[in-house]
Amino acid sequence: MSQTVMQNRRSEIETQPDVELRKVFKVFNGETAVRGIDLDIRKGEFFSILGPSGCGKTTTLRLIAGFEEPTGGEVLICGQSMNGVPAHQRPVNTVFQSYALFGHLTVWDNVAFGLRLKKCSHADVQQRVSEALTLVKMDSLSRRFPAQLSGGQQQRVALARALINRPPVVLLDEPLGALDLKLRKEMQVELSNLHQKLGVTFVLVTHDQEEALSLSDRIAVMNGGRVEQIGTPSEIYESPLTPFVADFIGDTNLFQGKIDQSYSALLNVVTHKGLKISVCPQDSWNGSHGGDVVVSVRPEKIQLGSQTDGMTHAPKTRDPMNCYEGRLKHIMYLGTHVHYVVELLTGENLTVLQPNRPESRIDLYTPVQVYWSAADCLALTP
Amino acid sequence: MNQTAPQSKISWQLLFTLLMFAFMYVPILILAVYSFNESRFSASWTGFSLKWYASLLQDSRLLSSLRDTLFVGCFAVSISAGLGTMMAVGLFKYRFPGKSLYRGMSYLPLIIPDIAIAVATLVFLVSIGLSRSIWTIIAAHIVFCLAYIAVVVSTRLSSLNPHLEEAALDLGATPTQAFIKVLLPELMPAILSGCLLAFVLSMDDLLISSFTAGEGANTLPMEIFSRVRTGVKPDINALSVVLILFSGVLAFTAEYLRYQSDRKKLS
Repeated sequence: MSQTVMQNRRSEIETQPDVELRKVFKVFNGETAVRGIDLDIRKGEFFSILGPSGCGKTTTLRLIAGFEEPTGGEVLICGQSMNGVPAHQRPVNTVFQSYALFGHLTVWDNVAFGLRLKKCSHADVQQRVSEALTLVKMDSLSRRFPAQLSGGQQQRVALARALINRPPVVLLDEPLGALDLKLRKEMQVELSNLHQKLGVTFVLVTHDQEEALSLSDRIAVMNGGRVEQIGTPSEIYESPLTPFVADFIGDTNLFQGKIDQSYSALLNVVTHKGLKISVCPQDSWNGSHGGDVVVSVRPEKIQLGSQTDGMTHAPKTRDPMNCYEGRLKHIMYLGTHVHYVVELLTGENLTVLQPNRPESRIDLYTPVQVYWSAADCLALTP
Repeated sequence: MNQTAPQSKISWQLLFTLLMFAFMYVPILILAVYSFNESRFSASWTGFSLKWYASLLQDSRLLSSLRDTLFVGCFAVSISAGLGTMMAVGLFKYRFPGKSLYRGMSYLPLIIPDIAIAVATLVFLVSIGLSRSIWTIIAAHIVFCLAYIAVVVSTRLSSLNPHLEEAALDLGATPTQAFIKVLLPELMPAILSGCLLAFVLSMDDLLISSFTAGEGANTLPMEIFSRVRTGVKPDINALSVVLILFSGVLAFTAEYLRYQSDRKKLS
């Protein structure tokens, strides 16, 4: 009996989120940076906060770290309310965007800083610092000063410094923003490996959607101080809930319109410019007849054919197809793919992404046909 | 051919530079040469001698004014170092109403002419009935030393990573520990060079010292000035050479320290 109680309690502890934000607001000099955020970040999760600059994502991270106090609401870490708890007493450590390494200390002393404050024994400091430096592959450069290191090396030291206190939650504020593309890819892999090896909760703030998609277990997309959607990378990409998320994560074509006819599994939408689109709405769709709607179609879901081909390449599906005539307005060669802009007869511009195949080359300004399945569209509330 | 041509003849830039240096340093060189002249009179060279240097060491008035100068400089600079650093950090970190006015007023002593500070301080001291002494010189020197040190420190502060202190707090340091263990060491080169600058200025100051000095207080510039009014004697030449060497060594030391700390970081 008591054993089951224990087990229940343990599972309760394990399911308790590491970081919780409850209706958190932050106002700076009359400007609201964060407008009522609710977040549950689970234990051991790689959680990303993604958004354009100025959306309040860094402020959210600073509220968790304790560098800012919320104007309203509550931040909880490991179930404890953090309101009024100063940064140096919170069980989190941060990797700063600009690394913020201590220039007057060597790599070794930078990493040992946190342990020495905790009055760890000399032997303990030696062992843990060398472990942490080995973990980030910086053990050979421990006697150097930060100014003698490259950006990627400084990044590793900043990581080791944040991990040395073994915090349950590590906060990363655009940690890879200052690195060049190739190094960024390398560090992404290493971050992911570190996360798996250590099993602690990572909270990453980034404006790079690719980084968020490739690293995270779950993503919160922020815009204008609010969370627009929280979900796994595939949920965010495949079924965005708002036009902003659809547009911000990957490329998309958005059509604003009204619902003309609605059946159980099909919507007929008329855009403001008069284009008629058939949409298979997702399960969560709850819009009504005559209401405003935004239709999103990913460029890679659209097929393109020269007018003479007709729809011969179109796959035979049960779902109705949307098929339109247009004119090829712009071609951008991307190597693996070709990016087309098609102007439809109604005047709307459509972005189409096609794999680069020599036989599918089409000349500029020629009349073309575009088509996509109604199942490949999303109906979103504006 | 084209590349070697400009080097073979003397360019006008080189001539101009040499002329500039001559303009700046020939008087000092002449001074140094005449400090070794045996004759009492600067006009004629009668032979090499170190007697003016020897007479310096026996001149108790001169030595006591040197002691006063060093005392004033060290005291004023060490107080200004503490206050100036706190002022720069405070102005950098906190937002409060009237901040830019406060900042402007604290740096004002840098632009106000020395004579204005000197007269104002004198009038102030007389009006509150404070008797003048070496302490009033120190108080007046703190006014401008403070501003110089604060300027140098705040320049360094604005080039520092703004998140350094937060990083220390994040790792578990209390605000006091973060200041002592991170901010202060990062600012130390600026504090030291600000102190050296302020010390040199304090040592050099004649106007403010002579207006605020009381009975018995007599700094080196005041002593030199009172002596040259009756004509330049060779012992003053010797003293000037010693002073120039002293400030040269000071500047070299400061530069060497800076170079060492740079090399530590960049090699």
